[in-house]
Amino acid sequence: MLTRAAAVLLAVWLLLALGAPLLGLEPHRVSLPHMLAGPALDAPLGYDELGRPLLDRLVSGARTSLLVAVSVVGLSLVIGTAIGTTSAWLGGPVDHLVVRVVDVFLAFPGILLAIALAGILGPGIDNVVLALTTVGWVGFARLARAQTLSLKHREHVLAAVALGARAPRILVHHVLPLIAAPLIVEATFGVAAVIIGEAGLSFLGLGVQPPAASWGSIIQEGTRYMLVAPHLVVVPAVALSLVVLAVNLLGDRLRDRLDVRARD
Amino acid sequence: MIGFLASRVASAAVTVLGVSVLVFSLVHLVPGDPVEVMLGESAQPADREALRAALGLDRPLPAQFGSYLLGLARLDLGTSLHSRRPVTDLIAERLPATAELAVAALAVAVAVALPLGALAAMHRGSLLDQGAIAFATLGVSIPNFVLGPLLILAFSFALGWLPVSGREGGGSLVLPAITLGTALAAILARMLRSTLLEVMGEDYIRTARAKGLREVQVVAGHALGNAMLPVITLLGLQLGTLLAGAVITEIVFSWPGLGSLTVEAIQRRDYPLLQGCVLVISTGYVAVNSATDLVYAWLDPRIRLAES
Repeated sequence: MLTRAAAVLLAVWLLLALGAPLLGLEPHRVSLPHMLAGPALDAPLGYDELGRPLLDRLVSGARTSLLVAVSVVGLSLVIGTAIGTTSAWLGGPVDHLVVRVVDVFLAFPGILLAIALAGILGPGIDNVVLALTTVGWVGFARLARAQTLSLKHREHVLAAVALGARAPRILVHHVLPLIAAPLIVEATFGVAAVIIGEAGLSFLGLGVQPPAASWGSIIQEGTRYMLVAPHLVVVPAVALSLVVLAVNLLGDRLRDRLDVRARD
Repeated sequence: MIGFLASRVASAAVTVLGVSVLVFSLVHLVPGDPVEVMLGESAQPADREALRAALGLDRPLPAQFGSYLLGLARLDLGTSLHSRRPVTDLIAERLPATAELAVAALAVAVAVALPLGALAAMHRGSLLDQGAIAFATLGVSIPNFVLGPLLILAFSFALGWLPVSGREGGGSLVLPAITLGTALAAILARMLRSTLLEVMGEDYIRTARAKGLREVQVVAGHALGNAMLPVITLLGLQLGTLLAGAVITEIVFSWPGLGSLTVEAIQRRDYPLLQGCVLVISTGYVAVNSATDLVYAWLDPRIRLAES
C-alpha cells in the first residue's frame, strides 16, 4: 500500500519533470501585481515574490532535481563500480592506493566537500553535478570492491580464468551480474541523497542560478517572506520531502526484495 | 590496548594528511586564475602579483605544499583575504557556537532515540512500534533546510515561543538543535530497535527471564549494553554528518558558527579561510571517528583482543 503510494508519487514526479516542456509552463513570467498573492485560476499554488506562478516553478524545480539526480547517480555508479571492481580484481599496490583514496574521501563529511567544491568551482548546474559526483562515487567504489573481493575466488570465476577469459570480460560477464543487486539498492538511496544534496547546494546559493528554479532555491527565496506568504516555503518543502520519502521507501522495499544485507 | 591505540592514532594521522592534501588542492581547482577570481577582472596587474606572492601561488607546487604543511604543523592556517586576520583566530571565535549546537543536537538525538528505539523493540508490532518506524523513515527524509523553516513557521511565527534566529539566550538554541538532531535521532532509533530485537533473541536473555527478572530489568540490565555497541559506532560515524549538517542549519538560523563562516568564506571568495574551515571540520570528524573506535574497543574486549 505504502509502496504503491510511493511508486505513484515518483511516477507523477517523473512525468511532470520529463513533460515540463510540453505543459506550456511559465516559470519565469514576472508579474508584479501578483506579488506573493494566493491561489488563482492560472496559479493553483499562488505566486512568489516576483509574481511568478509557484506551481510552474515547482515543476521546473522537479526537472532540475531529476536531471541532477540521474546524472550524478549514473556517473557515480559507473565510475565507482569501474574503480571498485578493477581495484579488487588487480589487488596489490593499485588496490592499496584505491583504498587509501577512498578512506580520505570518506574522512570528509560528504556534503561539506560538495559545498566546498561547488563554492570553489562557482555556481551552476554542471558544477553541482561535478561536486556531487566527486562525493558520490566513493560509496559505490567501496561497495563494488567489497562485493568483488567476495566473488573473486568463486569457482565460476576461477573457471573463467582457466578458460583464458580476459579481466574485463570476467568482470562484466561473471562478476557484475552478481553484484548488481546491492549496487542498485545503493543507487536508489543515492537518488534520495542527491536530491537533498542538490536542493541543499541551491539553498546555499551554490546551485542553479536565477531565474532557473530548484526546490532548494525556491525554499531559500521563500524563507524571506515566511511571515506574509508561508506557502512559498511549505509547498516546495512538502514536495521535496515527499519525493525523498518515496525514494527511501522504495529503496527499503527493494533491499528487502533483493535480499541485500544491511548496508554498513 | 596500547598497540591498538597506536595503530588507530597512526591511521588517523595518515587520513588527516590525505585530507590536508585534498584541502590544499582545492584552491588549485578554481577554474582559471584563482587570483583573478578573488580580485575580480578589473584588478590592477600589480595588485594581482602582490596577492599571488602573498598566497605563494607564484612558487612551484611542491614548495607551496611544503610551506602549507609547515604552516599546519605550527597551527598556522594562513591569513583571511577579507578581514586580514589569521584564519586560526577567526575559526577559534566561531568554534564554540558550532560545538554548542552539535552537543545540543546530539543530546536531542539521544534523548529521543534511546527511549523510542527501546520501547519500539519491547513492544514489537504495536502502534508505538509503527509510530517509531514512521518517525525513523520521515526523520531521514526531511532535510535540515526544510525542517528548520517549518519549525520557525510553527514555533516562532505562529506560536511565538522561540526566537527566529541568532544566538542569544538558551531559547535560541532549541530550534537549531531540534533541526540538526532529528535526522540523527531517526537513524539511531532505527538502529537501536533492530539491534535490540536481535539481542533479545539471545540465550542469555532467556536465562535472565528464567531467573524471574522483570522485562524492564532484562532490557536495561542485560540487553541494552550489547545492543548499544553498534549504536555507538553509528553515533561516531554520524557525528561527521552532524558537523556538515551544521553548515546548512547555521545558515537557516543565522547561527554564528563554523558553518556560516564557511559559507561567508565562499561568498567572499576567501579561499584561505574556506580551506581552514573545511580542514578543521574534517579533522574534527576524523578525530571523532577514531575516538569512537577507541570507545568501542574499550567497551568490547573482543575487538581489542582480536586486533592486538
